Amino acid sequence: MTPLLDVQDLSIGFGPSEPVVRGVSFQVMPGETLALVGESGSGKTITCRSVLRILPETARIHGGTINFKCNGKAINLLDRSERVMRSIRGDQISMIFQEPMRSLSPLHRLGDQVSEVLRLHRNMRPADCKKTVLETFERVGFPDPARVWRSYPFEMSGGMRQRAMIAMAMVAKPDLLIADEPTTALDVTTQAQVLGLIKDLQKDTGMSVILVTHDLGVVANMAESVVVMNKGRVMERGPAAAVLGAPAHGYTKKLFAAAPMIPEVAAPAREGKHDDLILHLRNVSKTYTMRAGGWSKPMTVTACHEVDLSLQRGKTLAVVGESGSGKTTCARIALGAETPDDGGQVLFRPAAGATPVQINAMSQAERIAFQRQAQMVFQDPYSSLSPRMRVQQALTEPMEIHKLGTKAERREKAAEMLRLVGLDSSMLGRFPHAFSGGQRQRLSIARALTLDPVLLVCDEPTSALDVSVQEQILTLLEDIRDRAGLSYLFISHDLAVVARIADEVAVMRQGVVVEQAPPDTLFYNPRHPYTRALIAAQPEPDVNRPIDLTLVAKGAGTPASWPEQFRFEGIAVPALTELEPGHKVRCHV
Amino acid sequence: MTQLPDGRFVDDAPYSDSTDLSAPERSDMDASTWVLVWRKFKRHKLGLISGIFLLLSYLMLPVAGFIAPYTPNERSADYLYAPPQSVNFWHEGEFIGPFVYPTTATADLVNYRWTYETDETRPMPLQFFCEGATYNLFGFIRSDTHLFCAPEGATIFLWGSDRLGRDVFSRILYGAQLSLTVGLIGITVSFALGIFFGSIAGYFGGKTDWLINRAIEILRSLPELPLWLALSAAVPSNWGPVAVFFIISIILGILDWPGLARAVRSKFLSLREEEYVRAAEMMGAKPGRVIRRHLLPNFMSHLIASATLSIPAMILGETALSFLGLGLRAPAVSWGVMLNDAQNLASIEIYPWTAIPMLPIIFVVLAFNFLGDGLRASLDPYKS
Repeated sequence: MTPLLDVQDLSIGFGPSEPVVRGVSFQVMPGETLALVGESGSGKTITCRSVLRILPETARIHGGTINFKCNGKAINLLDRSERVMRSIRGDQISMIFQEPMRSLSPLHRLGDQVSEVLRLHRNMRPADCKKTVLETFERVGFPDPARVWRSYPFEMSGGMRQRAMIAMAMVAKPDLLIADEPTTALDVTTQAQVLGLIKDLQKDTGMSVILVTHDLGVVANMAESVVVMNKGRVMERGPAAAVLGAPAHGYTKKLFAAAPMIPEVAAPAREGKHDDLILHLRNVSKTYTMRAGGWSKPMTVTACHEVDLSLQRGKTLAVVGESGSGKTTCARIALGAETPDDGGQVLFRPAAGATPVQINAMSQAERIAFQRQAQMVFQDPYSSLSPRMRVQQALTEPMEIHKLGTKAERREKAAEMLRLVGLDSSMLGRFPHAFSGGQRQRLSIARALTLDPVLLVCDEPTSALDVSVQEQILTLLEDIRDRAGLSYLFISHDLAVVARIADEVAVMRQGVVVEQAPPDTLFYNPRHPYTRALIAAQPEPDVNRPIDLTLVAKGAGTPASWPEQFRFEGIAVPALTELEPGHKVRCHV
Repeated sequence: MTQLPDGRFVDDAPYSDSTDLSAPERSDMDASTWVLVWRKFKRHKLGLISGIFLLLSYLMLPVAGFIAPYTPNERSADYLYAPPQSVNFWHEGEFIGPFVYPTTATADLVNYRWTYETDETRPMPLQFFCEGATYNLFGFIRSDTHLFCAPEGATIFLWGSDRLGRDVFSRILYGAQLSLTVGLIGITVSFALGIFFGSIAGYFGGKTDWLINRAIEILRSLPELPLWLALSAAVPSNWGPVAVFFIISIILGILDWPGLARAVRSKFLSLREEEYVRAAEMMGAKPGRVIRRHLLPNFMSHLIASATLSIPAMILGETALSFLGLGLRAPAVSWGVMLNDAQNLASIEIYPWTAIPMLPIIFVVLAFNFLGDGLRASLDPYKS
């Protein structure tokens, strides 16, 4: 069988500097899924974009061929005219981009956007066009295609937009679909469903797929063959089962070791102690009033509802949930950046046995003292350090604010903190923009530690990082916690990340905690359908453990669609019931 | 690439897992923001050339009197509406250095105009570092040395002379002193007001923001030209030229700030969402510190670019006002005042060089636009 796409010895560079893609070769067979795996900067996106010749303007293709079998004969896509390329794009090769929020035009109705492909390539009558598009909408899982035809992208959630994007890519029935990190921006349950959809569509139409991803779990679920890239070169390529079963190259091994996994648990954990709470959120709710505009009544939105969380000194409490579940609001309330609604209480005990400080009603002096004891690590390492401040200024700023030490002492402390997070003190005079995401996240942790806090709130500290760096940062955080006796409130959307660091996990959904237990108990015996869906949706880097989509579908819907025992609507929720010691589930008993 | 028995390919190049954690990932970015901006700006040729042109123009201002062969209000009564003269080097095939030919004026009483005859037999070499009318170097050092001047009995009107026999070239140099600085003073006023109102609107939000926004909208809805006219008509006519100059630039600044305030406000709103600002707030930094240490440094570069782009509007505003006779008045010299003399269509037709002051205006305005464009393009050096 001849390959559908044959990339040979491809080299691409920017300007006169070293090429960013060097000697890349791979083939895609008809009907096959090929995964391009690599971390940021590995050249995987440049490689797949070169197939459609949609590279940035400054990029130059130094050499190589890309042969594509078009109507039975192979043509080299790199030497065709722009005109030929236009007729191929969207018709025979189409692409799905990473950001569903940005890849659809906000000014056009979805129907018009999707049918544009047909108008350009098929010369169809408008009525036929509409019929085909509606069929495609139905095929990608929209319950009411006619309504989708009329709606604008901003009326839809991220997952729905990505479905619309898939519909747009699929409507002309291409031979090859290039999906560039199609699920990275989505919640894990939505990711599972979108991956399932791509797989189904592929089965129906027999197209080939190039899937660009950084997640070995996604590869194991989707691909037949794998190309592992690092720094613009192919490290290993071959059948997925072989590469994932027994990685041969050192880099693949490293990626594999770093991939977060939900562990197999033999027995539930014993109940953790709760006798020395450093942080206690009691009955915390937060509603926002939104001006609806015009004369209509203001709307109230519940960000979180009756949340009870307690964090034992020296331990880690993880709050897990998808975007919009209220987990970040909880963190902000815990740090005193937001005040809870009346009736809620946040208690902070700086030392064992000390009188608790009520964070939601602090005096000015108490607040200043609290700000030294509780610090935060942010999600985005690229925006959490000011580009105008040298590393030293950024690290000494907290001490300046609290007027601690002399200039020399501050500098000494900053250098010490750098060493603590595994960096060299020669970095002090540099600027943060010279460093990678992982290095910046280390800097940001160092900054949070300069005041010697006792509580650290980590708001998705690893979700913007590559897997291998994520692993290093988690190890660093664990190490610091144990050495300095810190307590963490850890916010994450990823159960697998939480699995290794947390002592207790609270799963949140639509502003309420639906299940709370130590991680081992949670993985051994998940009771709530949403927790089960989260666990099932986690892609494992093991070809023999595919995602169970029915389990995901059961729990990922709205709370009103859950089984009788767990069902609720709005904020009329059942109580959080302790089913076994230390394992609480929100259900009707 | 090695092929394994199970059909996969593995790269043979030696692979090592160890990485230096402290080494900068992007060594090309290892410099302060200003250095990065400069590196990127250097590649913007048009902006760079414009920047150099403007720098030279401004450096010329304090020594304009030295470069100009005449003082601005020095009259040569025998040479009214003299055409531009050329500086020559060769006379009858012989190199004798820079010289001019003397000219004589005759009144053409039939067409009622001045005609000039050049005597091409007598080359008269230019004098250098010669004594002429007194002027103030840097505004306070009295001097009478000029870089070059015409020899006794001849004139040097590089760009002709005007209706009173004043040298257009010299007047343009002196006019630059007012025309170019009016933009700077105006922009300072506009900057102060814009940053102040923009940042309180952006920082406090709510009612303050609403009030300032409505005020901006009202100010922007007023027709600009009539407003300028009204405000400058209110300047007492017995004020000296310097006082009028200051008032005009302040009026221009007062009318310009709303645009800048809006830019500041929107930049403020987006920067407040950056995590480093939230981090500083959570560390306990007070609003003043957050604005000073985190917000201002980060939007300063944007402000400078937008200021560069609004200086030309000020220069044009001054020109327009003076052209209409409502801005600066004689004996002050600015490009607008000079153009005021060229209002008469008939005189432009017969003596086109009286409209030459338009050229520096065009060049300066274009240069500011190119410079601002180049700055704006290089402001975000982190992406490349």
